[in-house]
Order: sequence, then structure tokens, then C-alpha cells
Amino acid sequence: MKKLEMQLLDLLQEDCRLPLEKLAVMLGATTAEVAETIDSLEKQRVILRYAPTINWDKTDRERVEAMIQVSVTPQRDAGFDEVAKRIYRFEEVKSVYLMSGGYDLLVLVEGRTLKECALFVSSKLSTLEMVTGTATSFILKRYKEEGVVFEEGKTDNRLVITP
Amino acid sequence: MTYEKFINPAIAAVPPSGIRRFFDIAATMKDAISLGVGEPDFVTPYHIRNAAINSLLDGETQYTGNRGMPELLEEISWYLEHRYQTKYDPATEIMVTVGASEAIDVALRALVSPGDEVLVPEPSYVSYSPSVIFATGTPVGVVTTAETEFRLTPEAIEAAITPRTKFLILPYPNNPTGGVMGREDLLKIAAVVEKHDLLVISDEIYAELSYGDHQHVSFAALPGMWQRTITLNGFSKAFAMTGWRVGYACGPREIISVMLKIHQYGIMCAPRMGQVAALEALRSGRLTDYEDVRKMRESYDRRRRLMVEGFRAMGLECFEPRGAFYVFPGIQPTGLTSEDFCNRLLLEHKVACVPGTAFGACGEGHIRCSYATGIDKLNIALERMEAFVRQVRG
Repeated sequence: MKKLEMQLLDLLQEDCRLPLEKLAVMLGATTAEVAETIDSLEKQRVILRYAPTINWDKTDRERVEAMIQVSVTPQRDAGFDEVAKRIYRFEEVKSVYLMSGGYDLLVLVEGRTLKECALFVSSKLSTLEMVTGTATSFILKRYKEEGVVFEEGKTDNRLVITP
Repeated sequence: MTYEKFINPAIAAVPPSGIRRFFDIAATMKDAISLGVGEPDFVTPYHIRNAAINSLLDGETQYTGNRGMPELLEEISWYLEHRYQTKYDPATEIMVTVGASEAIDVALRALVSPGDEVLVPEPSYVSYSPSVIFATGTPVGVVTTAETEFRLTPEAIEAAITPRTKFLILPYPNNPTGGVMGREDLLKIAAVVEKHDLLVISDEIYAELSYGDHQHVSFAALPGMWQRTITLNGFSKAFAMTGWRVGYACGPREIISVMLKIHQYGIMCAPRMGQVAALEALRSGRLTDYEDVRKMRESYDRRRRLMVEGFRAMGLECFEPRGAFYVFPGIQPTGLTSEDFCNRLLLEHKVACVPGTAFGACGEGHIRCSYATGIDKLNIALERMEAFVRQVRG
């Protein structure tokens, strides 16, 4: 991957609202080059979407998240991919990862209530024929996500003017 | 009681730093954006902080040897050899100081005799000239200008040399201009240094923050210059470690041993905690090819371009800095003095900058803006400054 692409990704991951002109100046490229690069990154599905990191705990939305360790029987010819697909198609499922270690898939589920998540596991997930076992853990508090710490604000301890 | 007879008149005569006044005003303004900060906006990388915490938990709270911890001296020696091609014996040719600031002070006090003239390029860091005076020497300014990209020229040095000239301070990459000196530039200086039998104090604290195709060249790495150079460096700028106060001085053992005498009697040693942190910075840097430093440098580099472009878009001349984290744009088109410009910009538009005159009289017509601040704040500051420039230009 080109240096411009990597640097652009670094900048966008921090703040994807920076205007093209500013991005171009900071990266020493033309506006057209930056626009093309972004376009190409989107087409290659390197950039999938531009979304803010939200602390939902500060909003009124009732929300419960569960991490579910899932053991499955891999499918003939398609391995784990086919199983993952069967699982991630459920709307409640936010993330699915294939894992090394004691279980196969890690599934992150979001619901409005504990009951809703529990129901998803018992009625939708564990009833899939290839699922051989599940272990559900509920998230109690989120401290840091995608490099962003939730609680603390940024403090600048520096003196306002120094030589 | 009057204290006049008790106070050393030579010290009393030194004016307080020109930065102080702006600090006092800016400190009271809560919503002002400060571009006046001469330190990184990064916090010291966590693994470095963690190393210091662990050493405290292990009870490492004692003095270290005067020169510094032997492991740190070894690491500094390795770093300088591999990064800047200068060889220093860790046992005799390096000493760890309380920031590069102490190194400047101690070097001057160890070397300068009453009446010796010390060449100080201007604009430059505010401490050099006062430190020369504290060391009973006479600072002699050597003007650098935007026309020559704030490089020190052999002609300017020749013009300032008198029979009393003994030392040259070489402050590159430069605070406040961001100017740098390439190998060719330095070779010309080396010839003058040789011809006039001078000694050079090379303050290379910003060496790691060099941008674009500029590679920092250490003055001591030039042919014949090792014997004539005291190299000063430290951890503050490159590793975002300002508050730890760890720097170092390197040079011929005959000189380091004299500097060590002042350090030994005056300071004892740099704080152990800081030395442990510095050791971690260099050790992990060696393993990761200085990834921490690279990441911070890349981040500064983007902001550097943003600022240069921003000032040029306002119609102000802005020399492209290739080092440190400052831009030093010219504000002549506004018709204001540097001092007035900064005063009004702060009071009317809430952006704090430092007038160029704080770094020497030839800084008139310029302001220093540090870009070690978040991109969002820099963008707001640029907008405010643009409005101000438009307003004063009518």
C-alpha cells in the first residue's frame, strides 16, 4: 500500500470530517490525488464507512451488549465462513470474529434488554444446527473502544506559553 | 530594606524573558488558543512512564553517579553512533544533565572566561544570551534572515568575529524559526571555525524533528569537528519528555571532565526516575527503530504543512520550516510590530503567539507559532488569525 494511502487512513481514522483541501495540504498531495485515493480505498472496501464513536451510556437509549463464545461444527467445503454468515445475518449481531483457542466464534450482540439478548441466544443462535455450544457474558461497562477512552476528557497540563 | 547592594548588578541587568508578559495575559484567558507552547502536545509514551513507575515501586529512589547511570550512558553512546555517526566513550565523553538547559549552562560556565565573546545566532532560543552573561561572557548576536532560510552563513560569522571570539553556539534545528543546516551549510561553518580556532556548542535538541528530505547532520560528525564540538541533546522534544528533565552533553573528555565538576558540585545528578525513563525510551527505540519518535514526527509534519499553507493563504510570507515544531511567518504586511501584533491577536481574537523579538531584535516583523497543538485547534486559530490579518490590512 502506498505511503499516501497509509497516512490518509491514519488521519481519517482520527477525524473523518477533515475537508479534502486540508487533508491534501497536510499530506503534501493535491486535492484531486486525495479524492482519488479515498475513492479507490472505498472501492477496495478498505474504508467501509465514516462513523463516529458514541458513548451510548450517556444517552437515554436502553441498551445491553453481550459477548458470546460460540462453538460450532465447521461446514463441509465452506469451513467456518458459512457458519459465520448464518450468524452475522441476524440484525442483533454487531460483530463476529473467528477466534483461536477454546471456542470458534466470538459474537457481539446488542439488544434493548438483558431478556432480549438472552432470547436471541436461546431461540436463534443455539438452535442453529451447526452450533454446538455457547457461553454468554454481558458487558457491564465500557472503558475504551477503538483507541478512545470513554471517561476521561483530554487535559492539557502544559503552560500556555513556554520558550 | 533595600537589596540593591546585595544583588549582582550583572544579573539584575539581564532583562526578563519577553515571553513572560504574554504568558501572564494568556494564562488568564480561558478560551484562548495558545500557539505559544514550546513543548510537544504528546504525553510521554506509556511504556516509558510505566518503566519509571516500576523503578519507583522497586525502590530505585537514590542518587545516581554524577555522570548518570552507566546503562543510560551506554545507550546514549549507541544511539548517537547509530543515529548521527558520532562516537563518544560512555565512560568519559558523555554526561547526563537536568535537561539540555543545564547542559547549556554548564558548558558555558565551564568554558567561558570573563570577557570572552560567544557568537549567538539570532533569532534563537531565549536562554543562550542570558546564560553567556551568567557565565561572565559577552554574547554577540549573529543575524540570520528569512532570505537565507534562517541559515547561519560564514559571512555573517566572519563579520561578527573579533580577537575575543572563542565560541559559537549552533542551534539547529532552530527554535523559533524551524530553520535547519544541511551538510554543505555546516561544512562552510566548519571552515570558519577551523580558521578562527573556535569551539562550537551544538544544541541539537530538535534533531529528531527534521522533516521532508532534510536529514539532521551532527556538527561533530563533520571531518575535524569532533574535537571542536560539545554536542547537547536530550529527551524532551523527541520523546515528549519535557517534565522529566533529562538531557546530555558529549564532547572531548578534557571538556566534559570540567563540565562535570560544576554539575557534581552544583546538581549532583539528574533525577534517577527521569534517567530510568530515558533509558527505556532509548532501549525500546532501538528495538522498534524509534517508532514512537517516527509517529510523532509524522504527526508534526502534517501540522507543519497545514500552518505554512494557512499563513501563505493569508498573504503572509512564511518560510517553510524543516525542523522543530514552529513556524515563523512574517507579519510585515500588517504594518504592526511583532509585539503589537501578538498583543492585539491575543486580546481581540484570543490566539496566543510569541513575538519574534523575544528571540532577538532581528525577530522583529515575525511571530513564532508552535504547531504542537491539535489539528482542530490549529484550524480555529488559523481562522481567527486570518480574520485579524484581514481586519488590520483593511
